[in-house]
Amino acid sequence: MKRHLLSAADLSLDDATLILDTALEMAAVSDRTVKKLPTLRGRTVVNLFFEDSTRTKTSFELAAKRLSADVINFAAKGSSVSKGETLKDTALTLEAMGTDAVVIRHSWSGAPVNLARIIRGSVVNAGDGTHEHPTQALLDAYTMRQRLGRIEGLKVTIVGDILHSRVARSNVLLLKTLGADVTLVAPPTLLPTGVDAWPAEVSYDLDSVLPKSDVVMMLRVQRERMGAAYFPSVREYSRRYGLDVDRAAQLQDHTIVMHPGPMVRGMEIASEVADGLRSTIQDQVTNGVAVRMAVLYLLLGGSESAIGSVEQ
Amino acid sequence: MTTVPDRSAQDRARPVSGDIAQARSVLDGPGLSRVVDRMAHELLEKTGGGADVVLLGIPTRGVTLAQRLAARVLAFEGVAVPAGSLDITLYRDDLQLKKARALEATDVPGDGIDGKLVVLVDDVLFSGRTVRAALDALADLGRPRAVQLAVLVDRGHRELPIRADYVGKNIPTSLREAVHVQLTEHDGADAVLLGPARP
Repeated sequence: MKRHLLSAADLSLDDATLILDTALEMAAVSDRTVKKLPTLRGRTVVNLFFEDSTRTKTSFELAAKRLSADVINFAAKGSSVSKGETLKDTALTLEAMGTDAVVIRHSWSGAPVNLARIIRGSVVNAGDGTHEHPTQALLDAYTMRQRLGRIEGLKVTIVGDILHSRVARSNVLLLKTLGADVTLVAPPTLLPTGVDAWPAEVSYDLDSVLPKSDVVMMLRVQRERMGAAYFPSVREYSRRYGLDVDRAAQLQDHTIVMHPGPMVRGMEIASEVADGLRSTIQDQVTNGVAVRMAVLYLLLGGSESAIGSVEQ
Repeated sequence: MTTVPDRSAQDRARPVSGDIAQARSVLDGPGLSRVVDRMAHELLEKTGGGADVVLLGIPTRGVTLAQRLAARVLAFEGVAVPAGSLDITLYRDDLQLKKARALEATDVPGDGIDGKLVVLVDDVLFSGRTVRAALDALADLGRPRAVQLAVLVDRGHRELPIRADYVGKNIPTSLREAVHVQLTEHDGADAVLLGPARP
């Protein structure tokens, strides 16, 4: 039976732990001379990206290639999509060529779920609209465990544009499963409706939360998704919700600063902080490959998947 | 020409499982220690004193056996032979026959394996497919000067042209039998048991 990774909420504690443990072994491959495993030889993975992406697309491509899968990169620009082909027809066309998994990034929330109902192969959600980005949450969790040794009991603060952030939603769901305490900090206009039902605290005051945090995750303000003004000015946002040098000085010694990228230096995070010793931004990118190798292996590496959800 | 016994794909995937309650002992604790001692002596003899040797155990019990061999070699001749582990899951030829499996640790001692004499250590040698996977895994880790194989039990029924350089005990078995190697670190006591395979 084929399974999918569509939402961080689909992962049980055992599933998530299995992925993180598997990723630890996969990471060792990146340190070897021969950075290649024969595990997915003969399998085909399609990268179906309807939205721009540098790191996620490259990361998935590298992960699949390190496992010896064949990778087809499909970008919406320059394809039949621009001639009016629907998502369904695009997916069926790719499936007809014999693909085992589809990694999809789409601006519509829920596109991966729809895809999972149509095609026979496994679907991996690589970011859908403002909904979810489960592999990002997994690589964030991996990075926390790598730097701080554990996840359970950690105080994680996620700051910024929660409203438009699929990274925030997936992180909240996964960190809840893994036993961390999450606090969301944002201006009221950048919090989604119904956020009080999320398994997280909400605060509007960054300075009161920072000294208690073990992990501070800064999010980019997604101005490309904003039709209207959500805050008076960049300067005011940055002054109230940006992580500058003075604010970083309030953090505990062990606290790490994360950012899923791409970041806007000087807006949500100061350059000195982004490049500082607390920053895990480069580690997150490195760990992304190992975590995605683990996900692809556990979904495709056996007669049936070891993780994920079943979509009818 | 030999006839290959008819076994289902599942049997080939993991042929060692069986009902341990019905198994009888073929090697007890003291016997197992003597066997490991002898293997350590043979290793020293065949490798001319153990220089350049790296022991790589195949998880789970192969790793423990590699550590025990290293400890005995140290006790006999004062030679510190590094012992590590080599997980072969990602190199198996039967991955598609079972649900995706969890990985075990691969831990190659400090200096790596380039130019070294690598001795692979496993508990039971059966079809030889695990060893084939281990040889593939080694090739991706480096280029050893030579590779040898040490197993606690050789139960026969090879499906590939592979043989062991050091054998603790040859146990002729039928395919309807299962060999269980028990080690104190994992099972509370040392023993080798022979029982019926799971039908």
